Amino acid sequence: MHELSIAQSLLDIVVEEAIRHGVSKVRRVGVRVGAFTNVVPDSLSFCFDLIKEGTVAEGAELKLTPVPLAGLCQDCGAELDMSEAVFSCPQCQSANVKVTQGQELLIDYIETDEG
Amino acid sequence: MAELEVSRPILEANDRLAQANRQCFKDAGVKVINIISSPGAGKTTLLEQTLTRLKDRLRLAVVEGDVQTTEDAQRVAAVGVKAVQIETRGACHLDGGMIARVLPAFDLNNLDLLIVENVGNLVCPVEFDLGEDLKVAVLSVTEGDDKPSKYPVLFREAGVLLVNKIDLLPYIDCDIERIHATCRQLNPSQVAFDLSCRTGQGVDAWADWLEAWVKA
Repeated sequence: MHELSIAQSLLDIVVEEAIRHGVSKVRRVGVRVGAFTNVVPDSLSFCFDLIKEGTVAEGAELKLTPVPLAGLCQDCGAELDMSEAVFSCPQCQSANVKVTQGQELLIDYIETDEG
Repeated sequence: MAELEVSRPILEANDRLAQANRQCFKDAGVKVINIISSPGAGKTTLLEQTLTRLKDRLRLAVVEGDVQTTEDAQRVAAVGVKAVQIETRGACHLDGGMIARVLPAFDLNNLDLLIVENVGNLVCPVEFDLGEDLKVAVLSVTEGDDKPSKYPVLFREAGVLLVNKIDLLPYIDCDIERIHATCRQLNPSQVAFDLSCRTGQGVDAWADWLEAWVKA
């Protein structure tokens, strides 16, 4: 249940950003969750709903966008669909593969009624 | 309705603490490994076996992470190596802040290697950087050869894979080659050792590798 720790970190950032922008009510929080992370989106939403009470995010919902794992072969330049979690290039067999997306856990934006 | 761009990693607070730990380790010239496995894979027995072999070759210390009890720290101390226990009181993983809080208990300048034994769990500890140089995954053959595919993030992130309890292979249905094949897909540059901490088979090779890695 590390989603609770993650939800707390998420809420801390949302509150900080709300204060910074002078927002008193956050309506929605956009989060990008990479496929190759150990985060269960439903658990994250559940934990966020538990701890948001009494904060500026009390009425906020999480909008979670899953991001598939993908990469780029550094040797032959092939763009790789890595949904099978194979970290080498199927075209030139190189292991020199750079992950371009799918490992992120990022707050994209917050939405508010104000402004 | 207004949309405000944020674009901040959720775990940035932990990442900052971990980065501060990493700088602290670098300044002191101490290497740090983070051992991760499921409960019962044999992490503490592995530690006892590894420390016994290396305690006269390297200056060592241990951080023991557990949900509850200080039993593991006592087992390590019995080998003659300083160990500090972190009881997470329910938390399923160690984080950068917990490590930062126990660092004052160590004389880092007089250490070559600090070994962190994380809480037994194949999922949560992987998300939390501690500031370590290397993650070591321990998988016992009794857990099944499907575990690397089921928990790919750990087996991708681990620079070293230790497959433990190989003395039990004749009695169970575990295809150890499948473990290695999956891990090679996930991390082609991973270093792997098959061993049995009960019989000692393969432990010398791992300990020798670890000593060479620390001194490199």
